[in-house]
Amino acid sequence: MNLTRDPLIPMVAQVTDIRADTPDVKTFRVVGLDGKKPMEHIPGQCAMLSMPGVGEALFSITSSPTNEDYLEFSIKKCGCVTNWLHAIEPGQQLTLRGPYGNGFPVDTDFLGKDLLFIAGGIGLAPLRSVINYVRHYRERYGSVDIVYGARSKEDLVDYQEILTQWCREDGIHVHLTIDNPQPDWEGHVGFVPNYVKELAFDTGKTVVMCGPPIMIKFTLAGLEELGFRRDQVYTTFELKMKCALGKCGRCNIGDKYVCKDGPVFRLDQMTQLPDEY
Amino acid sequence: MKTWKLSTLDALFAAIAGKQTLYIPADVAGQPVFARWEPGLAMTRALNTGRSAKDLFFPQVEDLARFRVAGKTVSVSPAQALQEPFVIFGVRACDCRSFDILDSVFLAEPADTFYQARREQATVVTLACSQPEETCFCTSLGIDPQAPGGDVSCWMAEDTLYLQANTEKGEALLASLPRLEDGEKPDADSSVFDKLPLKDLDFSAFSGKALMDWFNSPVWERLSQSCLGCGSCTFVCPTCQCYDVRDFDTGHGVQRYRCWDSCMYSDFTMMAHGTNRPTQKERFRQRFMHKLVYHPNNHGGQIGCVGCGRCLQKCPISMNIVKVANALKEGKA
Repeated sequence: MNLTRDPLIPMVAQVTDIRADTPDVKTFRVVGLDGKKPMEHIPGQCAMLSMPGVGEALFSITSSPTNEDYLEFSIKKCGCVTNWLHAIEPGQQLTLRGPYGNGFPVDTDFLGKDLLFIAGGIGLAPLRSVINYVRHYRERYGSVDIVYGARSKEDLVDYQEILTQWCREDGIHVHLTIDNPQPDWEGHVGFVPNYVKELAFDTGKTVVMCGPPIMIKFTLAGLEELGFRRDQVYTTFELKMKCALGKCGRCNIGDKYVCKDGPVFRLDQMTQLPDEY
Repeated sequence: MKTWKLSTLDALFAAIAGKQTLYIPADVAGQPVFARWEPGLAMTRALNTGRSAKDLFFPQVEDLARFRVAGKTVSVSPAQALQEPFVIFGVRACDCRSFDILDSVFLAEPADTFYQARREQATVVTLACSQPEETCFCTSLGIDPQAPGGDVSCWMAEDTLYLQANTEKGEALLASLPRLEDGEKPDADSSVFDKLPLKDLDFSAFSGKALMDWFNSPVWERLSQSCLGCGSCTFVCPTCQCYDVRDFDTGHGVQRYRCWDSCMYSDFTMMAHGTNRPTQKERFRQRFMHKLVYHPNNHGGQIGCVGCGRCLQKCPISMNIVKVANALKEGKA
C-alpha cells in the first residue's frame, strides 16, 4: 500500500455558496466534505480546482487566510472549467488541491509599509486576499490606498464589499474608475494607468498590483515616471499550468516557474527574465 | 568483478526474469526499444533504443486517479504507484545520466510518487559502449561511455560479459544470480571515441553569460524557421519531462492520466483567454533555452542534455541541439 498520496491527487470539496459579482464573474465559497475550511494559505497563493471530465485549472484564493470558515474563489467565465463552474449550483462537489506558490510577503516585507493596491478587472481577486488580511491586522501596516478599475460599474468585482466595508474604514482610501462614462456613475472615468499617474502617490509606498498584462505594463511605466522603483512593486502572474508543482514544464518565465517560484514576483526580479507573460 | 559467458546470455536473462520483471533493449516491430524479456527475446544489435529508457520511469501515458461523478457528488480513487521490483538491462551511459536529470525534477519536493516508486523499484544495469554512432556526443557532457553508472555496470568483451555492482541493489542482484565467476575485464580501447566528429562540443559557455543574452540572440529566428513543430525531438529525448494531465470519460467514470507533452506544440501554453507563445520561434527557443540555460540555472549547472544523439537522428529537418548550441555561441543571425 502506497501511503504517500501523490501531490497530483486532489481532495473532494464542496461549493456551498455562489455569488454573481459581475456579468462574467462569480465568487464560489468552497469547504471540505467535513464542512470546514479545506486548507490554510498565504494571501496570493493559488489552488487547483477541477471537475473530473471537464478539466483542472489554477485559481487564486481570493478569501483572506483570516477567514476561518471557507475558501473563496472569484472566477471569470472564460474557458472550459470556468464555463462549467458558472453553470453549477450550490451543493456541487468538485476537486481541490493546493495551496501553491509563494504568496505575498504580508508578514515580512509588507510590515509597517504604506500599501498601494492597484487592480484591473478580475485582477482584484488575488489582491482581495491581501487587502482583507491587511484590514484584519490593520495595526501592522501603514496607510492603504486601493486603485481599482473595470470596464464598467457592473464589472467591478466585490463592489458591495468595497462600498460597504473598504470605503468606510479609516486609513483606507479607495479610488474606483471605469473605462467609459455611465449615467449612474459619479466616480472617476478612465484607464487605471492614467488614474494612477493623476493620483500622484507618494513614492514611499509599496505597490501590490494585479491586472491584465497591458495594464501592468503601462501602470509600471507610470509608476516609474512618478519616481517609484521596481523593487517597490509586487505583482502576481498566471500562466498555463498542469501540475502547479514545477514539473509539467509549462508555466516558466525564463528559469522561474510561476507555480512554485511565483506567482508573486517583485518587479525588479523580472528585469532579467524574458517578457513571456 | 563477475563474469558470464555471452553465449549463454539468454540464461542470465532467464535467471533475472525468474525473480523480477526484466527489460532489455530488443527489436520489436523493427524498432529497438526496451521490451519485457520473455524466453527467446534477444538483445538488439543497435547501439541504442529509438525511444529512451525514460519510458520505464516516466511512461508515455500513466493513470493518476479514477473519479466517480453522481449527481452533485464526486469521489476519487488514486492510482497505485508501482509496487513490483524490476530490472533494466543494457542502459547506456547517456540514458543512465538522464535519470539524474529527471530525478532533479521529479524527486524535487514535493516528489512525484509515481516516478519515485519506479525509481525505487528499479535495478539499473548499464552497458558500456564500444562502438559509438557518429551522432554520439556524451563525452562532451562529461559522460564516460566506457564507464557507465547505475546499480550494476556491464562490459562486453570478446565472449564475456563483465559485471560490477556499484550499489547495494546491484550487489543484491548479482548475489541472486547463479554461476557468476570472478574475473577482470581487459582494458578497453577508447581510440574510436577520439574520432567522433562531435566529441569536442563545449557547453560550458551557457552558464557563463546572462540568461537574457542567450534569449535575445539573433539566431532563434533563423534556426526555428524550418521547425515543423512535430515534437519528435521531445519524445525521443531522454531528458524531456514535460507532461499534460487529461481526463478520459470511460463510460463508468473519469480516468485522469498524464501523458508526455511537448513545448514544441502550438497549444502547449495556450490559455483560455488566449495567452500563448505565439509562434514556433518562441516554442523552439523555449526548448533549447530550457536544456542549455534554464535547467542548468536551477540545478547547479547540470545541462539538460546527455549527448545520446537521438534528436540528431530523428529530426525530420535535421535541426538539433548541437546545431543550436554552436549557432548560439557564434551568435550570427
